[in-house]
Amino acid sequence: MIASYIGEFLVIFGTIFYLLSTLGLIRMPDVYNRMQTATKSATLGSLGVIVGTGVWAIDHVGSYAWLPKTIVIAVFLLLTNPISAHALIRAAYKSGIPLWEGSVVDRYKEALGAENKEGGEE
Amino acid sequence: MGEASRISRYLYTVIVLFVIWIFLTSSLDIQELEIGLVLSLIVGALTYSIFTESGLANLHPKRVAYAIAYVPYFLWAMLMANLDVAYRVLHPKRPINPGIVECKTVLDNDLGKLALANSITLTPGTITLDVKGDRYFIHWIDVKDASVEGASENITKPFEKFLKVIFP
Repeated sequence: MIASYIGEFLVIFGTIFYLLSTLGLIRMPDVYNRMQTATKSATLGSLGVIVGTGVWAIDHVGSYAWLPKTIVIAVFLLLTNPISAHALIRAAYKSGIPLWEGSVVDRYKEALGAENKEGGEE
Repeated sequence: MGEASRISRYLYTVIVLFVIWIFLTSSLDIQELEIGLVLSLIVGALTYSIFTESGLANLHPKRVAYAIAYVPYFLWAMLMANLDVAYRVLHPKRPINPGIVECKTVLDNDLGKLALANSITLTPGTITLDVKGDRYFIHWIDVKDASVEGASENITKPFEKFLKVIFP
């Protein structure tokens, strides 16, 4: 009985973060800030929904076999999601999408500039 | 750290694959375990050379204990990150102050750097943009300290104390 409540709580918790992630896509000003909200909330939301389903199945399907599988899926997601976010944000920067005008500092530009200068002198 | 012997790397790969197999089948039936072991041995033979460099040394008890302790710590940081995102998204004034800062890390192992970059991406307000050597370029949604030392103190320090034990 308790597993059913924990599972339902986890699924609701996950869906709330899915909603926040979509809301973040609308509210944030530029691609970098959108990646921030989308990646974090979507990852935690997926973890909640996936593991929640596994816990819920203990009571409703009557089987413990779902839980290990859902945990494996959750771990794979946890390991791969940030890498895809990193690839996307780096590709966005390399293709020249500007930062939001409210941004305070851009060390990456300075580093790339320094590197190009060194390359030119050699 | 130098490279471990081939047999130790191979055994480590087989163990990892076999554990994943047990989780995926979620069954301790002897027939399933046998075919899983055979498949792990085959796949391990094909892939061990790109999978690991330190072999069985990865299973040192201290490193495993730190890795297990790291899981709740990381999940807690991730939950805090999401509450932080929720606050920024729902607040009517949208209190963001973004920028790209530079951090230095003390880790010198590629796997450790990957784990640190992943941890940074999933924790409060930061996302890894690029890694060059020991320098991390991080997009920070709320820049509190734009200097290299200050940013490292705020972003990478909390994870390094775990990760430098797990991936020496």
